[in-house]
Amino acid sequence: MGRAWVGSETKDWSLPLRTGVLAGQPSPASDGRGHYVTEADVISTVEETESKGESEEAGDTGDSGEYNVYSTFQSHEPDFDYLKSLEIEEKINKIRWLPQQNASRFLLSTNDKTIKLWKVSERDKRPEGYNLKDEEGRIKDISTITSLQVPVLKPTDLMVEVRPRRVFSNGHTYHVNSISINSDGETYLSADDLRINMWHLGITDRSFNIVDIKPVNMEDLTEVITAAEFHPHHCHLFVYSSSKGTLRLCDMRASALCDKHAKLYEEPEDPGSRSFFSEIISSVSDVKFSHSGRYMLTRDYLTAKVWDLHMDKGPVETYQVHEYLRSKLCSLYENDCIFDKFECVWNSSDSVIMTGAYNSFFRMFDRETGRGVTLEAWRESSKPRAVLRTRRVYTGGKRRRGDVGVDSLDFTKKILHMAWHPAENIIAIAATNNLYIFQDRVNPDALAQ
Amino acid sequence: PCCAIGPPGGADGDDSLYPIAVLIDELRNEDVQLRLNSIKKLSTIALALGVERTRTELLPFLTDTIYDEDEVLLALAEQLGNFTMLVGGPEYVHCLLPPLESLATVEETVVRDKAVESLRKISQEHSPVDLEVHFEPLVKRLASGDWFTSRTSACGLFSVCYPRVSSTVKAEIRQHFRTLCSDDTPMVRRAAASKLGEFAKVLELDYVKSDIISLFTALASDEQDSVRLLAVEACVSIATLLPQEDLETLVMPTLRQAAEDKSWRVRYMVADKFSELQKAVGPEITKNDLVPAFQNLLKDCEAEVRAAAANKVKEFCENLPEDNREQIIMTHILPCVKELVSDTNQHVKSALASVIMGLSTILGKDNTIEHLLPLFLAQLKDECPEVRLNIISNLDCVNEVIGIRQLSQSLLPAIVELAEDAKWRVRLAIIEYMPLLAGQLGVEFFDEKLNTLCMAWLIDHVYAIREAATCNLMKLVEKFGADWAQNTIVPKVLGMANDPNYLHRMTTLFCINALSDVCGRDITTKQMLPVVLKMSEDQVANVRFNVAKSLQKIGPVLEKITLQNQVKPVLDKLATDKDMDVKYFAHEALSGECLPYEYKKLQWSSMLCVLVYARPQLLDSS
Repeated sequence: MGRAWVGSETKDWSLPLRTGVLAGQPSPASDGRGHYVTEADVISTVEETESKGESEEAGDTGDSGEYNVYSTFQSHEPDFDYLKSLEIEEKINKIRWLPQQNASRFLLSTNDKTIKLWKVSERDKRPEGYNLKDEEGRIKDISTITSLQVPVLKPTDLMVEVRPRRVFSNGHTYHVNSISINSDGETYLSADDLRINMWHLGITDRSFNIVDIKPVNMEDLTEVITAAEFHPHHCHLFVYSSSKGTLRLCDMRASALCDKHAKLYEEPEDPGSRSFFSEIISSVSDVKFSHSGRYMLTRDYLTAKVWDLHMDKGPVETYQVHEYLRSKLCSLYENDCIFDKFECVWNSSDSVIMTGAYNSFFRMFDRETGRGVTLEAWRESSKPRAVLRTRRVYTGGKRRRGDVGVDSLDFTKKILHMAWHPAENIIAIAATNNLYIFQDRVNPDALAQ
Repeated sequence: PCCAIGPPGGADGDDSLYPIAVLIDELRNEDVQLRLNSIKKLSTIALALGVERTRTELLPFLTDTIYDEDEVLLALAEQLGNFTMLVGGPEYVHCLLPPLESLATVEETVVRDKAVESLRKISQEHSPVDLEVHFEPLVKRLASGDWFTSRTSACGLFSVCYPRVSSTVKAEIRQHFRTLCSDDTPMVRRAAASKLGEFAKVLELDYVKSDIISLFTALASDEQDSVRLLAVEACVSIATLLPQEDLETLVMPTLRQAAEDKSWRVRYMVADKFSELQKAVGPEITKNDLVPAFQNLLKDCEAEVRAAAANKVKEFCENLPEDNREQIIMTHILPCVKELVSDTNQHVKSALASVIMGLSTILGKDNTIEHLLPLFLAQLKDECPEVRLNIISNLDCVNEVIGIRQLSQSLLPAIVELAEDAKWRVRLAIIEYMPLLAGQLGVEFFDEKLNTLCMAWLIDHVYAIREAATCNLMKLVEKFGADWAQNTIVPKVLGMANDPNYLHRMTTLFCINALSDVCGRDITTKQMLPVVLKMSEDQVANVRFNVAKSLQKIGPVLEKITLQNQVKPVLDKLATDKDMDVKYFAHEALSGECLPYEYKKLQWSSMLCVLVYARPQLLDSS
């Protein structure tokens, strides 16, 4: 399979961050080798960008300059649903890492229908010594065998093995959009357009449906599930977002079926700004709990919002990602861009959020000051140690050098997928088929340890 | 390293080495099946290598073989549990610890559990000194391992070494267990919670009261409900260990809290373990605490909890203290049961239906007629077929107490409805109960009301139903006898031989196959055989080759002379049939017809077993 992998490169970036931020929180999977976890998160991003059904992991070569691919493997093959005459793409929709349980690492990957659990392990020894043949595989003369030999393990080059551990199939009728691992460490959820299922990581032949919003009559369908995630600490809480811009928090303690939500988070609609596009642009494309578990971050087409779990009347913070596109919605509708699903992420201390935009731009917002920056991920400037410049979209007023006009934005260069290291200031940005890994300049040693 | 070995004093050791050499090489074969095969013969390899090379070469190699497939690792973990003699006896048993230690850290739970099981086994073969020098340090290493997999494995090892170590080491073990009970990861806390009861059993009573109770209380109020629910299980063992007077202060507050937990999963667990809890806390606490708790569980807002509690109704009532059992049931339990009969959730109703009949033996005839009968009748009319089936399948309990006649009026419509249910699996399930019903209702009632149903199933459009119906007829004949068969079912079955539908004609043959044996030689020869022979001229080849098969089946029942004069000519003719299959089966029959009678009978009865046991599988395959 022709993989268009372009070498990913690290860069230093400077940000309006306070140094204090860098202390970070221990990652849930913290194992003393924190940077590995980053790679883990990076991959999920790459994965989705690659859209080739292959899983890739960027590996740390030791110097903090470049990242090499750690391991590549084919996760899903193209498939065909014969009952419905539908092609099932091999494209991976999501990958999620499991909390680390031994020297190997585990990840879940899903395409539209099938979820798989993979084991990624390193091996640096191989057995040597046969009784009946020599190391080249030539059969020995039996009469020369006068003693038994037990194989001995000898060190070899490091090999990375990726093996499928479980396949969770037939759980979804519609397209899987999210998978999320529960903090109890033994279950996970998977969400498609209309249903959310709960699985045990060790059991593949059974899953429990916990949310079903499919109306009896499909003509009555008014909204679909767009994303779902478990709470980082409370194993009974999960949230799912809908195409109508709402969030529903469900408490699995209350009932085995969570069709009735515990809380509904919704922003009251401003009747003045209603338009043909209102519903489309309010659809939530991603939802993420903060590491603290207190807040939820959502992304819709034009904004990123932070919600307090204790306040369901509306978001506590709203960040304009690219408000200047509001006047362009008509053409964005025509070229389907309005349906793009941007992801959003928290930094390790929940003080900064990040989300994607067009023209290879991505945005970061400092929650304390409310200030946002626009940064650009592009190859020509991705020399190691180069500092990532901030960019500006010209929307009126005095035009500065380097400003980009709204009309000259390249809408094919979308930044949809991204990840932030759970403990450090390292981010991974997927721009079409490139993966960029940037590290905070203030603390470059964090990675090179 | 390689040193010559051979049988003592034998120069021709090569021949005996070869198979072992193959086994050793296959330990690293690419084919999993061959590796697995080798691992399963590990004792053969070890025996050939001798104890010393097993210790110095084989075990180190196995210690690092943890990258293999689960099934290989599982087999290895199991083998090592029986390896003591192969490494040189108890004196060297500690050599087995390193490979088992690495297996106890793999991610696959079944492998880890097996490694722990083997470790527990070989711990008994350690001398008290070795236990402290080798085994206990391993437990400590696992307990303080970096990954939660090793810490979960440690939880299962404390209880086996605790009774056999010095009091200082005991104190350390208690401390380790305490630490794991408050581990950061819920996986480890769950492992600790599930081993809490087992650990409590080996502890001195004072430590149970001081240590275990506080751990139990902490785990039972863990922030994760997945941990809390496991504390319920521990509650049973702990309550069994404590003297009655301590239960109230040490266990009951936690149990009460669990029965009212915010999470339905915890309450479910309480309901599920209710009989065990009831036995563990004794009659007094049961009367005062568990009865109201059980009432609440039966009225729980979550259907899963109600269903779990409903499942326990009979057992709970049975185990109530006899002196005021009836009064408790009548005033406290029965009202809740009455409500459950009209529950909104069908799983709840069907759980209740599977046990409710059992109450009649506990409450006796009068109460059954007055209070339970209306409930049974209501459930027999339930909209959900599973509820009705569960009632029907437990009729024998009522039959003993009040006789089935009380029910027959309502029974019939319920049976008829199930017999005609649109879902074939429901129809299949009721067929299963027909012989039981026939036995309890008696032949008259059966002939009058149910016979038509049984015959109707023979022409069901689903093969599995026709097949089951055939089998059912045989069981009925076993119950009611050959005379009954001759008068009621044989004519009808044989009548179908003239049916225009060839599937129905084949059903005649299948019935004959099933019935010839139980009906005996007379009926088979005089009534069935002529029909079968006549069918050999059927236009449909499927019917003809089934004739050949039938003749083979009923052959043993017939007399030699009949075989010779009537059966053989027909088979000979079929053997020259233009259809290949007909020819084949005719030849089969001709070569097999003289098989001894007893042998045939055996074959047939074993086939019946297959039929009976195949039912759950039929249900599963969509």
